Amino acid sequence: MADERNQDKNRDRSQEATPDTRPADRPPAPKTSVPADAEVPGGVIVGVEIPPEAPPTVSEEVHPSNAFTRAGLAAFDWLDFRLGIRSTFVPILVHKSPKVNWWYVFGSATLIAFVMQVVTGVALAFTYVPAPDNAYQSIAWITDDATLGSVVRGIHYWGATAMVLLVFIHMCQVFAFGSFKFPRELNWLSGIVLLLLTISLAFTGQLLRWDQDAYWAVYVMAEQVARVPFIGNWLMQIIIAGETVGGNTLTRFYATHVFLLPAATFALIGIHLYLVIKHGISELPVPGKPVDPKTYGEEYEELLEEEGEPFWPDSAWKDVIAALAIGALVLALAIWPGPKHLGEVAEPTLLQTSPRPDWYFLSLFALLALMPPGLEDTLIILGPVLIGLVLILVPFFAGTGERHWRRRPWALGIIACTVVALAVLTYLGDQASWSPDLTPKPLSADVIARADAAGLSRGSTIFQENACINCHRIGDSGGTKGPDLTTVGDRLTQEQLVWRILNGGNGMPAYGETLSTNDVDQVVQFLLQQKQEREEAP
Amino acid sequence: MSDAKEISRRKLLNQISIAGVGMATVVVSVPIVAYLLSPFIKGEKRVWQDVGAVSDFEINKTVQVNLQDPSPLPWAGETALTSAWLRRGTSGFIAFSVHCTHLGCPVNWNQGGQLFLCPCHGGVFTANGDPAGGPPQRPLQRHHVRVNGDRVEIKPVPLRVKVV
Repeated sequence: MADERNQDKNRDRSQEATPDTRPADRPPAPKTSVPADAEVPGGVIVGVEIPPEAPPTVSEEVHPSNAFTRAGLAAFDWLDFRLGIRSTFVPILVHKSPKVNWWYVFGSATLIAFVMQVVTGVALAFTYVPAPDNAYQSIAWITDDATLGSVVRGIHYWGATAMVLLVFIHMCQVFAFGSFKFPRELNWLSGIVLLLLTISLAFTGQLLRWDQDAYWAVYVMAEQVARVPFIGNWLMQIIIAGETVGGNTLTRFYATHVFLLPAATFALIGIHLYLVIKHGISELPVPGKPVDPKTYGEEYEELLEEEGEPFWPDSAWKDVIAALAIGALVLALAIWPGPKHLGEVAEPTLLQTSPRPDWYFLSLFALLALMPPGLEDTLIILGPVLIGLVLILVPFFAGTGERHWRRRPWALGIIACTVVALAVLTYLGDQASWSPDLTPKPLSADVIARADAAGLSRGSTIFQENACINCHRIGDSGGTKGPDLTTVGDRLTQEQLVWRILNGGNGMPAYGETLSTNDVDQVVQFLLQQKQEREEAP
Repeated sequence: MSDAKEISRRKLLNQISIAGVGMATVVVSVPIVAYLLSPFIKGEKRVWQDVGAVSDFEINKTVQVNLQDPSPLPWAGETALTSAWLRRGTSGFIAFSVHCTHLGCPVNWNQGGQLFLCPCHGGVFTANGDPAGGPPQRPLQRHHVRVNGDRVEIKPVPLRVKVV
């Protein structure tokens, strides 16, 4: 037995010592895998035909006369024999897939966006310094001084936008086409995790700019996490690496953004792609043709037999075009308008700031401002859990039956409502009309002059100095948190104004204890002066 | 070798291998997890910090004072500092956290209006830190503050969130 083992070893060594591109005793290709007529879900790779015997080498097929070509092909054959390029990868690439349309390009486009993020992210990591005292400066240097650094950062920034949008569109398409149904439930679930990872990458990425928006966004996130019952504060401290956002926080987010999340994303993409190959690309839905687990595999195989086409290049050319278009668009945006402008450097002692998240979190930002305060804790904690639960349960409750959207109008309704809600909330978040203007423009000279002429300069001063102007607009000055007072004199009486100022309400604080009676009278007279059609000044 | 013994040997090897890998994973994980949880395990030492002389603060005025972060690191840069709002009332000092109790954004003091305004979601607090408008339901968090001789000292409290 020992002799046999030694002989085997010697045989192996002799083969290693003389690396022939096509060994004389080349064994047939392993009959691995799968019979070509494998059925879903029992088969391994649907539509992939693996030849029962090893095909001739490329050198044998081509017979090149040129010495260089011969050497090149011999090198390829050498690699092919060891890596199984033609026996394993090529069959996967050219496997039969159903004819699909342009809606199917968003999955591969998301993958391309992720690859762009990885490549530009690695490039940025060559210079970025993940320490609070230098992070902002290193990004400023990349943007302003490094050769084409602005473009690289721009690709990373707009690539993130593309990835978030594309993964969302891909998810909507899969939902609308019923592609999550049997036997692709796990494709959907792995996609949900990839969506979560994409959002996490976007969030942790915006923090690495380490400007004021980034710094305070950590607190906003921490406050939400801390509301989790029992373990909230503990969880918050784990995430921000302590009890305050400080030296450890940025490095923690950096490691998460560049190592943990990309590693998890790579793994999940691997699983997702494996599942796509295993179950095949979902065919176009046909009205009146429901998914029946008992017959689906057979029907799918028949479809491939009848009208299937090699994935490469017959189907993949659309993916290539989409990838090129996405890449070109991201590059164009990276050049103009370029990466997001850096705000002020993160400085906890600089409190005169109005932090805002990147656009993909503006909808959440708006939701947190608009939800009823009494339900806040419940919604912040249960909201994401419920959304996650619904997404997870979708393929289990609707895993069979009709796939076509015409037979599933509720599916289109859900997508439409989600898109409209996100768009409206994003717009509202961008406007942030609920936020006071901390640095409002002073009242116009016209308004001041009219107040002065009527002996109400004290009233206009109180309006500007006592925070009224932070929330109320007169003309083109002031915030938008409260009602616009440009024509308040036409709408409210003196009594109504006095009552409102003394008692507050609807988010306005009561000024009864802050202003004297005379001050209230002055500001009320000043406000009554604000009318659409004003009397001519004497 | 009988079949029964062969299977038993395989079982043993299988179990030893799994147990070995499992133990190695645990052994390697302990220092890694402990290291990652280090800030939490070590905690932060919160000490009284001098923020100025009593005479530096006017009665009925609220001013921003800067404090050292409880766990400053050599590379923390500007984030080694944090702030608080210090109000001197007729009966003593009150030190407020700068974090809005809604979601932690920095509140700003408006002296004329005697209000704290939050720039994120429009939270408003009175001079005493009580919620006066917007989403916040809880008053501003207060730091410990004392007068030591003629000096005012603050001991910051950690960020805490209580579910209402």
